[in-house]
Amino acid sequence: MNNYITSYCTIVKHVVYKNEVPVFENRDADLPAFLLSAYQYFGLNYPKFYKMDNLSKLGWLASEILLKGSYIKDYEPEDVGLVLSNANSSLDSDQKYIKSVSDIPSPALFVYTLPNIMIGEICIRNNFKGEDAFFIFEKFDAGFIELYVNNLLNNNTLSACICGWVDVFESDYKAVLFLVEKEERDNAISFSKKNLGGIFDNLVIDKI
Amino acid sequence: MSAVYIVADNIYSPIGATTAENFEQVKQGISGIKQHHNTALADEPVYASLFDCADFKIDKQLTYTRFERLLIASVEDALKDSGIEAADKKTVLILSSTKGNISLLETEADNPELNNRIAMHTSAKLVAAHFGFVNQPLVVSNACISGIMAILTGMRLVQSGQYENAVIVGADIITKFVLSGFQSFQAISTEPCRPFDKNRTGITLGEGAATMVLSSNAEYSDKIKVLGGAVSNDANHISAPSRTGKELKQAIEKALSIAGLKAGDIDLVSAHGTATSYNDEMEAKAIALAGLDKVPLNSLKGYYGHTLGAAGLIESIISIQSLKQNLILPTLGFKTMGVSDAINVCTKLTPAQLKTCLKTASGFGGCNAAVVFSK
Repeated sequence: MNNYITSYCTIVKHVVYKNEVPVFENRDADLPAFLLSAYQYFGLNYPKFYKMDNLSKLGWLASEILLKGSYIKDYEPEDVGLVLSNANSSLDSDQKYIKSVSDIPSPALFVYTLPNIMIGEICIRNNFKGEDAFFIFEKFDAGFIELYVNNLLNNNTLSACICGWVDVFESDYKAVLFLVEKEERDNAISFSKKNLGGIFDNLVIDKI
Repeated sequence: MSAVYIVADNIYSPIGATTAENFEQVKQGISGIKQHHNTALADEPVYASLFDCADFKIDKQLTYTRFERLLIASVEDALKDSGIEAADKKTVLILSSTKGNISLLETEADNPELNNRIAMHTSAKLVAAHFGFVNQPLVVSNACISGIMAILTGMRLVQSGQYENAVIVGADIITKFVLSGFQSFQAISTEPCRPFDKNRTGITLGEGAATMVLSSNAEYSDKIKVLGGAVSNDANHISAPSRTGKELKQAIEKALSIAGLKAGDIDLVSAHGTATSYNDEMEAKAIALAGLDKVPLNSLKGYYGHTLGAAGLIESIISIQSLKQNLILPTLGFKTMGVSDAINVCTKLTPAQLKTCLKTASGFGGCNAAVVFSK
């Protein structure tokens, strides 16, 4: 069975790319300021954004840009899911939380000490109720994502899946999200390890 | 798709070092939960199921952290006499944990090297190398459903033929990081937890590790099978469960449908039953919506506490023993029904002919999971 990448979004080095086209940049900012400037630039209005940690903000922003102009609203809630991965889990927030412990442990920080909270934030925003999963890899594993997501789509567990990589640790970060559908849309490309890996690597090495 | 058999397993917990030891203890109503007064953990005494220090050989070289030593102890026992070779190209290692080595943030000086040491892919690589696994290990970290998700990941990789065997290990240790976090949510019980009870006041945390070895090899066809499972998201709140239970019900129904079963075919439900007010209420609603309200149900949190990334594995393995021994375990800590939907909470050791078991879990981020095991 063939599945398709119908949209993709990369956020790295203070530039946002949609389907390889740079759509926003703000190089003179730290990460929180950059994320806020992108939120404002794209005219997003979602008060919950402000209370998220940097990992959730980054993943949520990438998902908003990824899904803009897509047919995602045509699916039933239980037919859309997410398979995300990174290297540092929630370490960025873990460090912040442990610093609060000696004073007053903060529940608002503690809740973000799990990487799949980002998935929860994206599900709440879009009412996605399908299968989700979070995996930890040292490096983006295009082969595993291809295998796992194909399995979910081909077994009819999902009809559409947002998958990829969202990692934040202090000022280092990278998000690359793919919208994968069974249906071939305009300008869709084949959902393959080669295309996943190419998109993941190219933007960093060749285009910046 | 090929059938997936449970070839071998292990539970390494404060009440036993093997599955057999653990089941015997639980059968006798013995719990790992005790009051601990340890200021490294919390200023006030707290109930938890923790390993005594004596349970661990101190590794002077510090090659492996406490978390990794737990993983290794569990995998070692499960693989012994299983007939499955770690070094086989057809075998993959899958690790499940919520926080892994996070306790190092409490004890070690902050440095870039430490961040890599904490990373769960580092632990996975060390454990894989210890046993000689040749394939890249996988790590699942999806809050409190991690254990079931790791079983489902293993099942799918074996079913699809990607691997013939999957060794799935889960563990979490309890230190100030995790305990203070649950305390900040006012979620920790002031007594050993009481799942589904009217007077429940919250979670008791627990340490433990567990391993499940899966295979599609037909020579294991007399073993218990993993029939199928599913995951759903509430899309409601990042730290509170669904108000309706509809999404957990959705995962249960999908798991049953993949397993080719109906609600009436399930003989035992091993619930998540964390003993927080909201979780148990949501779960009871979901169980009732799925038509499982008459099926004998238990929560094992009264014996182990909430073992986080190990919970799905520990509780699945105990339930599989229940199937093998045709014995339903009581819900330790439960006395009076405390959820609004009448579910059939098991209160005493009950012999019964058992063929199938449904195991469920839910966690932060709104995630729910269900898996079906059968003789």
